Formats: sequence, structure tokens, C-alpha cells
Amino acid sequence: MLEVKKLAKAFNGRQILKNISFTLNDGDILTIVGPSGAGKTTLLRIIAGLETKSSGEILIDGKEPTSGQVGVVFQDFNLFLNLSVLANITLAPQLVLKESDREAKKQALDLLKQLQMTGHEAQYPYQLSGGQKQRVAIARALAMKPKILCYDEPTSALDPELRQEVEKMILGLKKTGLTQLIITHDLTFAENVADQVLRVKPLSEG
Amino acid sequence: MEYVGQIMPALLAGTWMTVRIFFWTLILALPLGMLVSLGEMSKIKPLKWLVEFYVWIMRGTPLLLQLIFVFYGLPILHIVFPRYQAALLAFVLNYAAYFAEIFRGGLQSISEGQYEAALVLRLSRWQTMSKIIIPQVVKIVLPSIFNEVINLIKDSSLVYVIGLGDLLRAGNVAMARDVTLVPLLLVGVIYLAMISLCALAQKKIEKHYSYYR
Repeated sequence: MLEVKKLAKAFNGRQILKNISFTLNDGDILTIVGPSGAGKTTLLRIIAGLETKSSGEILIDGKEPTSGQVGVVFQDFNLFLNLSVLANITLAPQLVLKESDREAKKQALDLLKQLQMTGHEAQYPYQLSGGQKQRVAIARALAMKPKILCYDEPTSALDPELRQEVEKMILGLKKTGLTQLIITHDLTFAENVADQVLRVKPLSEG
Repeated sequence: MEYVGQIMPALLAGTWMTVRIFFWTLILALPLGMLVSLGEMSKIKPLKWLVEFYVWIMRGTPLLLQLIFVFYGLPILHIVFPRYQAALLAFVLNYAAYFAEIFRGGLQSISEGQYEAALVLRLSRWQTMSKIIIPQVVKIVLPSIFNEVINLIKDSSLVYVIGLGDLLRAGNVAMARDVTLVPLLLVGVIYLAMISLCALAQKKIEKHYSYYR
């Protein structure tokens, strides 16, 4: 369970986020919607540990999150360009979790299968479409066994007709018990997948 | 043809000097340039300023002048290098500055997203650099590095100014003695051969890195 209590963030004296509170139960999907400039991405970056908070609390299962509990699927995926699909997924489990070659590879192939990406293992990111890159980014994050998977605008870098594909994929992952937090400005998409929708607005200056 | 046979030993001896300067400059200046590029991006201000000053001097003055200062100037401060070592020192310092600028450009062209992806996957700083950043930087800087490498072969002819006998000087000596352009023609062919080898190496290495974009 992820609890965020009265979270606030200011950059150089400018308030970006104020009084953000929500609870995300295990296995649920929370979407955070709002126009650009509302601090959605900042919120995700704070939860992922890429940014510090100014005040407030973030708790995972009642404790301060330790690194690795939150997986991230970036807006433009940030796959490692010099590594194959398989190596993108197995690198961190091998280096950080000290999994054996075999374990890591087996897990990666299972994840790719689950995400309907079997057969792409040997390709490089430049050979993949946007939707395929996204699936690899998800597999890469899941291989580190996070408690929560966060997405930054999962529909924005893709063709509009792929939106339903993303919805299906996210709901499919929900069936596996995965807890997901999704930042989006696409309201229809947000309503379609969410158990809970949180709306954020830009804070007026001063 | 007989004449070519007569002057070839002298030209090859000069070539050997050129190759030695080339080889050792490359071996020493590449790692030094990498360190300097890290210094240029350091958050420690005095270190950054010092390194930037060094690059400013090295790029801002002719290599010929630097050679003269190292060999004839430093002895005034009681720092004396033999000719060959003085030439190497000047070349390494000069080329490291150029390499540093190339590496800095390469490092800065890697998107922040690659670092952030590594961070959320909990890769250490060292793992991030060695597995992700440096392989990408190498690919990016290859064409520029090879440009400098090819320049280096030709620049090595500047060592004549401190009395070292390289390829071009060997050709010059023969030309002045025998009053013919043939030695210089041969010198040109030898330079061309050396540089063609470099260009071939460049093609091979770039091909090796062409498996991704």
C-alpha cells in the first residue's frame, strides 16, 4: 500500500505541489490527471525517488520507501540504446539483484511473453516501434520486482489508436496483482483504467 | 629506382620516429583527455578553472610554440627534458586538450534519461558509466577522435623544430642535398599509407559499433 500525506514541493521558492494526499491499495490502479504544468510529473519523480520532497510523507506499507520499490516507465521510455531488448531487461537484475545469467534471462523471456513481445529479444531499441519500446520498458521495470509501477504519460508518445492497446495491457497487468500509478492528461484513458482518479491543478503563483 | 633504394633507409628511419611519436601520444593523451573532460565538468570550481585554463592555453597557442617552450623554455626553470621526451610531453599535453573537448561533447550528448533510467533500476554510478554511458560516448566520439588521430600523424612533423629527425625532415634533408623533389614525393606516399591505415581502422571500429543507433 502506498500512502502519500500532505506532500508539497517548491522549486526555488515556487510552489509546484501542495497538500497532495492519497492512498493506493495493493493491486489497484490510480491515475493522476491534470493539465500540463500541474506538477504531475514532479509528483511521479518524487515518488520514484528522482526528486526530493519539500514536506509531507510517502509511505510504502507504512515505511519510508527504499530504492527499488518503485518502478518507472518513462514518457519516452529511456531504454538503454546500446543494449538489446534482452540486455535492457537483464542488466539490473544481474548487476543489482545478483541474479544468475540463467535466472535473469528466464525471467526476462517470461516477461516478454506476458507482454506479447516474444521474438524481439535480440533487437535494439532503435528497431522497435513506440508501443514495443513501452512494453520493453515495462518488462525492464518489472524485472526488478517493484511494489508499484509508475507510468509517466503512457499514451502521449504513442499513436492515438494505440490507446486501447495500452488500456488492455495495463488492465492485463492488474490481473497479475500489480499495483500501478499512472500520470496522464488523457481523461478518457484515466477513467477507463482507474480504480481511483486523482485530479491535480496548477497552483497559481504567489 | 636506384635512387629510391638509396634514400629509403633514411626515410624509414624518419618514419619510425613519426610512428613512435604518434603511438605514444595516442596511448597517453586519450586517457589523459578523458580525465581532463571529467575535470571540465567537475563541481569543484578551482579544479574546473584550472582545467579550463589548461585547455585554453593548449588550444589557444600553436603546437609549434608549445614544443619550443617545453624544450628551450623549461630549462630556464631548471626543468630539462631530452628532445624526444620533450616532444612527447608537448604532444600529449596538446592532444589531451583536444581529446578532452571531444569527450566532453560526447558525455554531454547523452540524454539525462539514460542516467535516470539507470538510477531507478538501482545501478551504481560505476555500473551506469561502464555499461551504459561510456559505450555510447565511444560510439559518438569516434569520428571526431579519428579526425584528431589523422591530424596527429601530420602534426608529428613539427618535431623538426627541436631537432628530431622525423619522416618529413628526412625527406627535406634528401631534397636539399640531391636537389630533387623525389624524396618529398616518397614522403607524401608514406604519409598517405599511414593515414590510409588509420582510416581503415576507423571504418572497422565504426562498423563494430554500428549494431545500434
